[in-house]
Amino acid sequence: MKNYIADIERALYDVRDADKSIYKSDAGLTEEIIRDISKRKNDPPWMLDFRLKSLETYRTIDLPTWGPDITALNMDEIVTYVKPNAAQVNDWSQVPDEIKNTFDRLGIPAAEKKSLAGVGAQYDSEVVYHSVQKRLTDLGVVYTDMETALIEHEDIVREYFMTLVPPKDHKFAALHGAVWSGGSFVYVPEGVDVKIPLQSYFRLNAAGAGQFEHTLIIVEPNAKLHFIEGCSAPRYNVTNLHAGCVELFVKDGARLRYSTIENWSRNMMNLNTKRALVERDGLVEWVSGSFGSHVSMLYPCSVLHGDGARCEFTGVTFAGKGQNLDTGAIVVHAAPNTSANINTRTISKSGGAATYRSAVKVTKNAPHAKCSVNCESLMLDDESRSDTLPVMDIEGDEADIGHEAKIGRISEEAVFYLMARGISEDEARAMIVRGFVEPIAKELPLEYAVEMNNLISLELEGQL
Amino acid sequence: MLEIENLHVRAGDKEILRGLSLKVAAGEIHVILGPNGSGKSTLMNAILGHPKYEVTDGKIFFEGDDLTALKTFERARRGIFLSFQNPEEIPGITVENMLRTSKQAVTGDKIKILQFHKELLALMKELQINPEYAGRYMNVGFSGGEKKRNEILQLLTLNPKLALLDETDSGLDVDAVEIVSSGVAKFHNEKNSCVIITHNAQILKHLPVTHAHILLNGRIVKSGGAELVGEVSERGYAQFEVTP
Ligand SMILES: Nc1ncnc2c1ncn2[C@@H]1O[C@H](COP(=O)(O)OP(=O)(O)OP(=O)(O)O)[C@@H](O)[C@H]1O
Ligand SMILES: [Mg+2]
Repeated sequence: MKNYIADIERALYDVRDADKSIYKSDAGLTEEIIRDISKRKNDPPWMLDFRLKSLETYRTIDLPTWGPDITALNMDEIVTYVKPNAAQVNDWSQVPDEIKNTFDRLGIPAAEKKSLAGVGAQYDSEVVYHSVQKRLTDLGVVYTDMETALIEHEDIVREYFMTLVPPKDHKFAALHGAVWSGGSFVYVPEGVDVKIPLQSYFRLNAAGAGQFEHTLIIVEPNAKLHFIEGCSAPRYNVTNLHAGCVELFVKDGARLRYSTIENWSRNMMNLNTKRALVERDGLVEWVSGSFGSHVSMLYPCSVLHGDGARCEFTGVTFAGKGQNLDTGAIVVHAAPNTSANINTRTISKSGGAATYRSAVKVTKNAPHAKCSVNCESLMLDDESRSDTLPVMDIEGDEADIGHEAKIGRISEEAVFYLMARGISEDEARAMIVRGFVEPIAKELPLEYAVEMNNLISLELEGQL
Repeated sequence: MLEIENLHVRAGDKEILRGLSLKVAAGEIHVILGPNGSGKSTLMNAILGHPKYEVTDGKIFFEGDDLTALKTFERARRGIFLSFQNPEEIPGITVENMLRTSKQAVTGDKIKILQFHKELLALMKELQINPEYAGRYMNVGFSGGEKKRNEILQLLTLNPKLALLDETDSGLDVDAVEIVSSGVAKFHNEKNSCVIITHNAQILKHLPVTHAHILLNGRIVKSGGAELVGEVSERGYAQFEVTP
């Protein structure tokens, strides 16, 4: 059978800019390189220390022995720091044309005008644009790049930075600790409701480079925030690496929604670590779309640390030709009456492999924990692969755990039903696929939902 | 309108229809009666070109054109509608979205969203369907009777030339049969036609049935007027058995 659901339309993301970076570290990972990055970034001494210790840790940890094959990644060839030829500004007209055009194509300045309260835009290793509405700064909200935060809010950064994802966590966390650059810092004071979302966009343009942005968000008690993260890169035929780190601190009664649409190119290894610590009656909501990359290993983790803490995870993964996307979620119930809801859809086509992998742990300190997992996979043809690997580790008493997994194909009877209503075969199949991801699409910010539906567009020739 | 000549249909390795002929003209209402497994649904599926039902011999003409080479959706666009015996559940697609997409596909016109919404709600009211169902996913979690009513909603929305109703009255309570029957009566006029498969004749109450056929073992063994319906309900199918 021919493929009727088109591969993700990449043209938009694939426009490469000429590499006009003003500085690039040497490829590979040495102490000299780390010291050099640290110096160029004007790190305080404790951060240089942190980087060097992370490098040591990196050397002692092996690559994971499970999951997709990442041996194609050769760290000796990855350039860990690429400084774009652009100072950080808060006015798009001051961003160099070529870089601004890229973000224009991705719709960032337009979205900022319409529906965002603040925007950060990173290009390779540095943030080139950052802006936040004055209304928010007046309320005490901080939204800056990480480097600025390290200067202006050093004590807060020092208190939280990589405490939730310590470098020893896994090899790429250690790597991140050593070479991190860029990313966003958000601080929402107690009781403040940031009604309009903030968005950071990460663009990796340089070939053979890595992006290691760090996102640190602190939402104080009873405060509220929606943060959107977007990422993409043009395609090269060398391996690029993304090993970002996201740490979210959700305090008592606070709510944080973290939405991501990841659209990396097919030469990207996306080995990203995201974690949230949720205190009493707090809520973290993850909305996660994984479409790009050659290999992804991404399992946002929620540590439900306070009584009544909650987590909602909604994810969609679309693996096409040559892609191996291993995604899912981790939940740790570490306090009484905590609850979690995991709801995912994965699609694979043209030989792509999509794996749903999750771990739910209920510690003995978490009586009356409640967790429900629902993961569904759709394979669009016979060459594609789909797996679900849920792990449950229950120590607590009276846990209420539900799990539902489905792996299937498009129902030919459903296609016939739609065709019997005059809908063409291609459209019928596309409708069924869109219907399959609809529970996720409706959670996405509107522009992204539209984008996702466009992504699941169809080839018009469509002959069986 | 519809002309079927010596139709042979196979599903899997089984020949199900074995030389069936049928003629339906504009304005007529035909009833097809036959025991379980005699091939009634197979006939409906074959008229719409279901890929699992292979026509091995014979022809189906619609308004004079041979349908053989046409895909299912092309047949639907020409004005053939099937109310399914077992309507499919389609997660993620709302009733309203699906109906609007269908209407657009069938008419080829751009549909005005608000106007369509109003018309749909009016029809739903007539069929006593809760308006919330417009926003529910197609047939997902619908009761058997709700699915059937939803089929009639689609019939009235798409307003085809030929309506094929496959046991639309099964699984309906007394009141629902009444609603569905008046729905079909509302649809029918001298320019369009219906072919109705039924086991209980209730649905026919408000309908001016012009022809009735007995389908047995893949063939029509007897044709007549509405009176055949009564004969079957009184005496069953045994009287029509013929040795092949
Ligand atoms: N796709 C198929 N593959 C194999 N056999 C089939 C298929 N569809 C139908 N049949 C067989 O063909 C015969 C006729 O089926 P059909 O559904 O047309 O009967 P029917 O007259 O509609 O019966 P009922 O009154 O129970 O709805 C049955 O024996 C059935 O098992
Ligand atoms: Mg039947």
